[in-house]
Amino acid sequence: MKELVVISGKGGTGKTSLIAAFASLAENKVLCDADVDAADLHLLMDPHITKRADFKSGHTANIDKNKCTECGLCLDLCKFSAISNDFEVNHIDCEGCGVCVYFCPEKAIGFPENTCGQWFHAETRFGPMVHARLGIAEENSGKLVTLVRQESKKLADEMNLDLILTDGPPGVGCPVIASIGGASAVLIATEPTLSGIHDMERVAQLANHFNVPAMVCVNKSDLNLDLTRDIENFAKDEGMSCLGRIPFDPIFTRAMVQGKTIIEYNSESKAGQAVREIWNTLSNKLDL
Amino acid sequence: MIISIASGKGGTGKTTVATNLARSMGSNVLLLDCDVEEPNVHLFINPSFEESETVFLPVPEINEDKCTYCKKCADICQFKALAVVNENVLVFEDLCHSCGGCREVCPEGAIEDGRRELGVIQKGHRNGIEFIHGKLRVGEAMSSPLIKKVRSFENPDKLTIIDAPPGTSCPVIASMKDTDFVRLHDLKLAVGAAQILNIPLGLVINRSDLGDDNVRKYAHQKGLPILMEIPFDRQIAEAYSRGEMLVEVIPEWKGKFLRLYDQIKHLAKHETPNTKRYPDHERVGCHKR
Repeated sequence: MKELVVISGKGGTGKTSLIAAFASLAENKVLCDADVDAADLHLLMDPHITKRADFKSGHTANIDKNKCTECGLCLDLCKFSAISNDFEVNHIDCEGCGVCVYFCPEKAIGFPENTCGQWFHAETRFGPMVHARLGIAEENSGKLVTLVRQESKKLADEMNLDLILTDGPPGVGCPVIASIGGASAVLIATEPTLSGIHDMERVAQLANHFNVPAMVCVNKSDLNLDLTRDIENFAKDEGMSCLGRIPFDPIFTRAMVQGKTIIEYNSESKAGQAVREIWNTLSNKLDL
Repeated sequence: MIISIASGKGGTGKTTVATNLARSMGSNVLLLDCDVEEPNVHLFINPSFEESETVFLPVPEINEDKCTYCKKCADICQFKALAVVNENVLVFEDLCHSCGGCREVCPEGAIEDGRRELGVIQKGHRNGIEFIHGKLRVGEAMSSPLIKKVRSFENPDKLTIIDAPPGTSCPVIASMKDTDFVRLHDLKLAVGAAQILNIPLGLVINRSDLGDDNVRKYAHQKGLPILMEIPFDRQIAEAYSRGEMLVEVIPEWKGKFLRLYDQIKHLAKHETPNTKRYPDHERVGCHKR
């Protein structure tokens, strides 16, 4: 089984549009939205949810005022300044380390498990999909990413599907690390802007750090052809295949507004053709 | 005043708004780039960096001479950063959240101070803007402590503009918490995050002519003021690609950003936190608070 993860470093370079387009083109696959923090793939996939479950992870301290003697030990111990002078736990600052719970001489601090979000199995017009919603201001997004990826694998196994297409999160931190570990390959979707290149270099470094083979494609390539060439040269120097250029085209936005993939919206447009060529190269590289 | 620029989705123009707003304000501005995973503001501001500081997080280091392998450290650790196997203590530094529990619980005083590199903080100046950003070490998972470090340089006597990371989870919350005003681009999630933190907010709609009218409808429905719209313009996009700022390429925009600041000032003053102006936002599976 193969898993392709699309990442970018910088946001807004077209990860979700690309994964959606690949969903139109690939066969026998599971779709996985690993951008649990701002999940968007479902907007294009219009999923019919077949299973939902709570995502429980971590704990938050909770002081029982009836038992608390206000000795102040918890205030001294908390490294996250999450306990106020009147002994209220700030739930956003609480890291869930449990140190106050352990040391409280009155056993006045509870430590309930958090429900941080929900995850879903769904059916779409392109096949099964796994996605999730992290509650706002919640943490542990890396664990939820790991969970949706595991669920996707299970589903692919059960249904005898040989490909997982994963929409990754932006950045290089915890959720991205959780998205790429053990994947067959990552495709870095970048754009020819100084920010795009800066962020691509960091995310390429990350993929290298975790030994995941990386490939690159340049979206909005005609916005700055000099920088597009710089990206291609960078990829070459780093031993990454550059799969192609996708010209800037507002039909990406138009397709998205209508809830369609660019292949459904206009497969013959220049951008549509470019995406199809990239997919062909990619499926050869992945040996599909 | 502290102004945060946020968005749920990435690539909507946070950095564009933060840099152009700062540049339009002239002097006495502090600009903090809190998107420590992928900091980009410096590409537009081009500051000359004068100071650089490596930031570390304390992690346990075991003094094997004192350790009796009682396992108390491994038991208290909620993050599975410590394991005791026979006469061996394994420390998984990358998982440590620096809560200090192991050190506190160890009866032998066998836990000493180690450290893990989080990233660097760099400070610089350009055109009257004081600039600070953090750069997360590639491979490091935890961004919040570095964001908090960047924010520790906030200065109440200066206008502080914060470029926040995308999303709505811990890094974003670390960037927005206790700020005076938040501006965001689209997405209900970011609105929800600001509401949880009780911060007044307004919207800037970028590429306002490319999508449909849903953002405006949503803003209207929720009573959120739309403070500025930036239409899609290839000239703007190309200038951005080269790291050039909107107010430098098209000087008329400077006036627009100054008016934006006036509106923010007005809203931040008249909308004190804890007013129940916004209806409760739906929150899925979020039982905190």
